[in-house]
Amino acid sequence: MKVTLKVNGQPRTVDVPGDMPLLWTLRDTLGLKGTKFGCGLSQCGACTVHIGGAAMRSCMTPIASCQGADVTTIEGLSADGTHALQRAWEELDVPQCGYCQAGQIMSAASLLAKNPHPTDAEIDDAMNENLCRCATYLRIRKAIHRAAELRGQQATQAGAPKRLQEHAP
Amino acid sequence: MSPRPIASLPVTRRDFLRVSAIAGGGLLLSSYLDPLGAAGSLSHRAADGPTLNAFIRITPDGIITIVAKNPEIGQGVKTMLPMLIAEELDADWTKVRIEQGDLDPKSYQGQVAGGSTATPSNWLPMRRVGAAGRAMIVAAAAATWGVPAAECETERGVVHHRASGRSATYGELATKAATMEAPDVATVALKDPRQFRIIGQGVRGVDTHAIITGVPMYGIDVSVPGMLYATFVKCPVFGGKVASANVDAIAAQPGVRKAFVVEGGAALGGLLSGVAIVADSWWQARSARNKLKVTWDEGETADQGSAQFAAQAAALASQPPHKTLRADGDVAGALAGAAKRVNAAYFYPFIAHASLEPQNCTAHLHPDGLMEIWAPSQAPAGGRALVAQTLGLRENDIAIHITRSGGGFGRRLANDYMVEAAWIAKVVGAPVKLLWTREDDIQHDFYRPAGFHNFSAGLDAAGRVVAWRNHFVTFGDEKNVAAGAGIGATEFPQHFVPNFTLDVSIIPLGVPTGYLRAPGSNGIAFATQSFIDELAVAAGKDPLQFRLDLLAAAPVEAAGSGAPPYDAARARGVLELVREKSGWGKSSLPRGTGMGVAFHFSHRGYFAEVVKASVSHEGKVKVEQVWVAGDIGSEIINPLNAENQVQGSVQDGLAQALGQEITIEKGRAVQSNFDDFPLLRFADSVPVEVHFLKSAVPPTGLGEPALPPAPPALCNAIFAATGKRVRSLPLSNQDLRWS
Repeated sequence: MKVTLKVNGQPRTVDVPGDMPLLWTLRDTLGLKGTKFGCGLSQCGACTVHIGGAAMRSCMTPIASCQGADVTTIEGLSADGTHALQRAWEELDVPQCGYCQAGQIMSAASLLAKNPHPTDAEIDDAMNENLCRCATYLRIRKAIHRAAELRGQQATQAGAPKRLQEHAP
Repeated sequence: MSPRPIASLPVTRRDFLRVSAIAGGGLLLSSYLDPLGAAGSLSHRAADGPTLNAFIRITPDGIITIVAKNPEIGQGVKTMLPMLIAEELDADWTKVRIEQGDLDPKSYQGQVAGGSTATPSNWLPMRRVGAAGRAMIVAAAAATWGVPAAECETERGVVHHRASGRSATYGELATKAATMEAPDVATVALKDPRQFRIIGQGVRGVDTHAIITGVPMYGIDVSVPGMLYATFVKCPVFGGKVASANVDAIAAQPGVRKAFVVEGGAALGGLLSGVAIVADSWWQARSARNKLKVTWDEGETADQGSAQFAAQAAALASQPPHKTLRADGDVAGALAGAAKRVNAAYFYPFIAHASLEPQNCTAHLHPDGLMEIWAPSQAPAGGRALVAQTLGLRENDIAIHITRSGGGFGRRLANDYMVEAAWIAKVVGAPVKLLWTREDDIQHDFYRPAGFHNFSAGLDAAGRVVAWRNHFVTFGDEKNVAAGAGIGATEFPQHFVPNFTLDVSIIPLGVPTGYLRAPGSNGIAFATQSFIDELAVAAGKDPLQFRLDLLAAAPVEAAGSGAPPYDAARARGVLELVREKSGWGKSSLPRGTGMGVAFHFSHRGYFAEVVKASVSHEGKVKVEQVWVAGDIGSEIINPLNAENQVQGSVQDGLAQALGQEITIEKGRAVQSNFDDFPLLRFADSVPVEVHFLKSAVPPTGLGEPALPPAPPALCNAIFAATGKRVRSLPLSNQDLRWS
């Protein structure tokens, strides 16, 4: 079936089986391979993308349900890898094998959009569906705090009213 | 991959260096085992163009490209090995670019991710390559300036001649350096470690930026023009064969190009029987699979199961052993004369590796006969041999590109997915990417073998261990124990107990087994270090001090018998350090909370760990904190990664202990995905404090040795908290309720 959706800000039309998950459409049809396959059962979060700004598991999202959807993948999180989370991930050198990290960052981005300064408990809760087989959780948690700090600095430097800007959609 | 530490590293064969000029200027420095055999390296035939098959390339713009030769599976080797070269080259790390090398053993020697061997095997060879490069750059400067080389010094990619005030960058000197004679790598001068500028610094992963921006790098990301996608369905009973399958109906499914039966062979590590479905997209192949109907010939092992193994093990434990691996002194006599005797039986289950990137491989048999393979393999040379043997190809006609792996943990030492992809690509006559489902991965692993340890020990009146017997019941056949199911004759506490016997009995097995991170050790340490805790309790001693006392016992025999030189001082050192850092014994904890300790020596590293855990009245375990003390020699090459590796290893071990088990029923694995084979989740992650003790021996590897003490330290903490001794894993199967 033909589905038109927005991927990383660009309108895209694909012609694929309607039950094909968004994950495989992104990876094999659109060539966006940053989003990963881990389980196919919404158990691991490696396939996390944003749909309408919310973190979703693309491995169980049929493309038929994505008509007109606004999808963001790790490739579109920032133009050049400078999203606060990406900077924090790099600064703390979070990854080991790295395979889960795109999904981790996308889940964390969704968390920070709703909650600019999450506590440890809020991070654990929001990130609990993202598995890291290498168990880099300690650094991920640190990096989310660090990103919150970086965003705060950015907002202050820009002279923008901090709370308003961070709560903006 | 050897699961046991070896006494000393083999002497490296004589290396030869070859220097060549680059068209347009610059220097290539290659290392060859055999200069005559190096010509005609296959990597130049690769479809995506020539690949650098030299360790170092310096171009006139000053950019230094260093090849990372080993497979990167998350252990950090793609950063670490080039750091060794860059250090001795005295390069400016910000001008260094890293390229992943293809499989090319003639240029690079060993290219394996296994056994925590990369550091000890490459510590000197990689530094020597860098030092040779530096010597040639210096020689070029000296020749250019007409000064003695000894008067030239280097600093971060620049050569200085202080007396004349002249300087030149490596880029400026590279073309001239390419005309200099390569020094003898065996005698080239190395830096005094006090001059290290890169080794010992926290260096970020060379792929970190690519990872966090979604750059395709993993095996699963490979894309080749005209590529088709495959799924491969094997018999749920290991080694079972396809009797019949509705392949014609499958071939008619949307998008499916071909569906066919692969006959396969008998070896569980090779190409097995199954049905290949090849389609225009992986989702179409996967969807067609839902319609697949196969009649299987399940073979002779379809009646095997975990319950039967347990019954067999219990029966064998009370019978004379199949063999005795070691007998020091007189265990029977010492047990009879002991003031106290302690007996206990320990069990740990099969477990899966569950690397997050499912097994996959892309293969293309080119019309000219070249088999080109892209694989996330930990042992690509083994894969090449398997593909050559199975498909009847010459190894020289197989080119392997090593991709980044989304985790390895020992799973990708096997190359079953590689031979499957190669076979399917050959049949189809087009490039094919084979991708397993998660269920394929969990149900067709090379599992960490289960193990049964039956201990008897005797204590004298002073609480010293005077007798130790272990009757280890494991798996294998008449000739060999199964992969990963062995035990070393000198396994601790051999050497420290005067009367010591290690017996082994073997259960026949139809389940594929293999090497899981710290193989052997990851189960043996649980059993041994838990039982030692029981002995400490029986002796009325503090469990940590009891271990120190055991390590202080006079050695049973001198080293030099071919046995690993177990360095009791290093073992005591990490125990003492973890005692200090954890505040061991300094605070009284409420009932339901406890601290446990364990230590283990494996992969040349000594690790002691203390776990603080609490157990609710309902029996729920919460790990609160872990303290780690490790000794892997004189240098922590990359502290930033070292901490990450240790924290990951410890939590990996905790996850195994808490809830991981593969149950075999009717010859097949029961579990199939992360819903029934749980990985550690965010909310269960634990603060892990990491400390290193530096010993005056060359540095060794860190991918594995921090794991083994974690499960027993946790179980010993549970005992301290509740008085319940855990003798069987995983903890999720144990009743830990208390009141």
